[in-house]
Amino acid sequence: FAAAAAGDDAPIEIELMRPFVTHKCDPPSQTVTTSPSELRQMYRDMYLMRRLEIASDVLYKSKFIRGFCHLYDGQEAICVGMEAALTYDDCIITSYRDHCTYLGRGGSIEKVFAELLGRETGCALGKGGSMHMYMKETNFYGGNGIVGAQQPLGAGLAFAQKYRGMPNCTMTLYGDGAANQGQLSEAMNMAALWDLPVVFVCENNHYGMGTSVERSSKSGAYYTRGDYVPGMKADGMDALAVKQAVAYAKEHCVSGKGPFVLELDTYRYHGHSMSDPGSTYRTRDEVSGVRQERDPVDRIRKLLLEYSIAEEKDIKTWEKEIRKQIDAGVEFAKSSSVPADEALYQHVLVDPSGIEARTVSADFAPLR
Amino acid sequence: MERDQNVFVLGEEVGAYHGAYKITKGLIDRFGEDRVRDTPITEAGFTGISVGAAMHGLRPVVEFMTWNFAMQAIDHIVNSAAKINYMSAGEITAPMVFRGPNGAAAGVGAQHSQCFAAWYMSVPGLKVMAPYSAEDARGLLKAAIRDPNPVVFLENEMLYGESFPVSAEVLSEDFVLPIGQAKVERAGTDVTLVSFSKMVGSCLKAAEALAAEGISAEVLNLRTLRPLDRASIAASVRKTGRLVSVEEGWPHCGVGSEIVSVAVEETFDYLDAPPERITGVDVPMPYAENLERAALPGVADIIAAAKRQMGQ
Repeated sequence: FAAAAAGDDAPIEIELMRPFVTHKCDPPSQTVTTSPSELRQMYRDMYLMRRLEIASDVLYKSKFIRGFCHLYDGQEAICVGMEAALTYDDCIITSYRDHCTYLGRGGSIEKVFAELLGRETGCALGKGGSMHMYMKETNFYGGNGIVGAQQPLGAGLAFAQKYRGMPNCTMTLYGDGAANQGQLSEAMNMAALWDLPVVFVCENNHYGMGTSVERSSKSGAYYTRGDYVPGMKADGMDALAVKQAVAYAKEHCVSGKGPFVLELDTYRYHGHSMSDPGSTYRTRDEVSGVRQERDPVDRIRKLLLEYSIAEEKDIKTWEKEIRKQIDAGVEFAKSSSVPADEALYQHVLVDPSGIEARTVSADFAPLR
Repeated sequence: MERDQNVFVLGEEVGAYHGAYKITKGLIDRFGEDRVRDTPITEAGFTGISVGAAMHGLRPVVEFMTWNFAMQAIDHIVNSAAKINYMSAGEITAPMVFRGPNGAAAGVGAQHSQCFAAWYMSVPGLKVMAPYSAEDARGLLKAAIRDPNPVVFLENEMLYGESFPVSAEVLSEDFVLPIGQAKVERAGTDVTLVSFSKMVGSCLKAAEALAAEGISAEVLNLRTLRPLDRASIAASVRKTGRLVSVEEGWPHCGVGSEIVSVAVEETFDYLDAPPERITGVDVPMPYAENLERAALPGVADIIAAAKRQMGQ
């Protein structure tokens, strides 16, 4: 209180609302240290993610976005809390629900929208689409369309970090649906055998497409399913709890203790993808109940007000600014060109000189 | 491995056991267990881990005890490794080699005897190689490891036990072969025999026998299956006017199907006979020795096909 009143950025201690539940390890403190600037940034980032997904929903329904499109609204606290505990030397790899993870890694709004619209200014030059966003510079490895494939891929990134002697770790994110993939057990075993610095992050949003945890998993306690690997369950709707949990998991990994399983209890407001209204396998009351009681954006908003870090009118001003950025991003994407015809033949191979690709007929075109 | 610290070997029994087929013999003593990594029996997992390590910039050489077991991991070879460069528009790459014995072995039944060449050579984003001789194995594997793309390297269990003469040049430290170039193993003028891996040896034996009957067969060893050296196939067929493709794999959508297409598309006006495919029989591999023999092409089949090409 005093810190905010004085207008400086002195640390603030905040008591978490839900306890950490652990498996084969002691829990971290329930008190999180944050700061006014961090809370302001968290709010702005989460609000931006929320608006990005809402704008994507509109773009999809107006047929600007093609194919699959999986939205992240409701789960924003995970990206934001995770980034608060990591550096860009740590790696992140996730599933197809990746727009906000890309933003969290420093990606631009313009490049997200342009990618969704299949434009040459997109983050994958329009060739990846919704499920395939990457940023090597900040160690973001996508963006995986195959459910569960990222689990061993993430362990492999951690393998490379350890091989190179880096003091870093990899967060490999998957949903409660992918938690039942055999690859997870395979990757977990090797990660534990070889002490790989990988955090298996289960974003438990309670539904794998339309199948609830109860209908898909004999044990829904995902944080215990590493068996011999320590784990913890944290409130995935609270960015501060996520920050505390990820910092704890990272410390575990880089201190040489091997992998860690982190289950983050979360919820997605949209259906599984744009083709799913999200209403056949869950009730409207359930969705609105979570929105009212556990909304991650609202949680930080309340803290900002409670600790007098910002006033309603400040928050309104930020929100207006962010909505403008979103609108500008959409406009940028809409006014961007589609990829040039030659882009079809680019990036099939690294160093493709002299190699040709067959076209739809017996003609050949050089790879570029 | 001496040249590049980022290169490491990983797979089942590659280290302490010195390789199920002894291909990695001695490596663990030379480079240690961090660079010669034994894995549990868990193909999807260790292949995925290897692709992840490659995405970070290491250069894994993944051994499959046989390519049959890579079926457990084919998603990572095709969906993770082969497509990452394209999907990310060059942002992320996977410089790595997947290798192991491929094709028919002896007496091991249906699940352990199969050629996957046609499967992998159909995938954009991969390079695919299949060595025949010791020279090929050394020169092509080094090229594969140095290549910045994911490479599928199809060896042959039966060839592991064969010896080949090698020149001083092949033994030199700098020896490496170009990717994407076929080799004329034996020059000829009457009929072109196109093959890869173990069947190159059968083609050479057939060519020897044909020569005794006055038929001059040219034997082309493809070496690389993707990118396919269409120019060398076409050049040879233009010269001879006749083509027989030879492989151990199944006929439907096989390697030979592609080779015959090349001949039809590039050399139709030069053909003196309909191009012909010699392939494995269109059945799973049987165990009984006589049936197994009947399921695979032999030297006599190649000779007969070449003679049919000559109108004999």
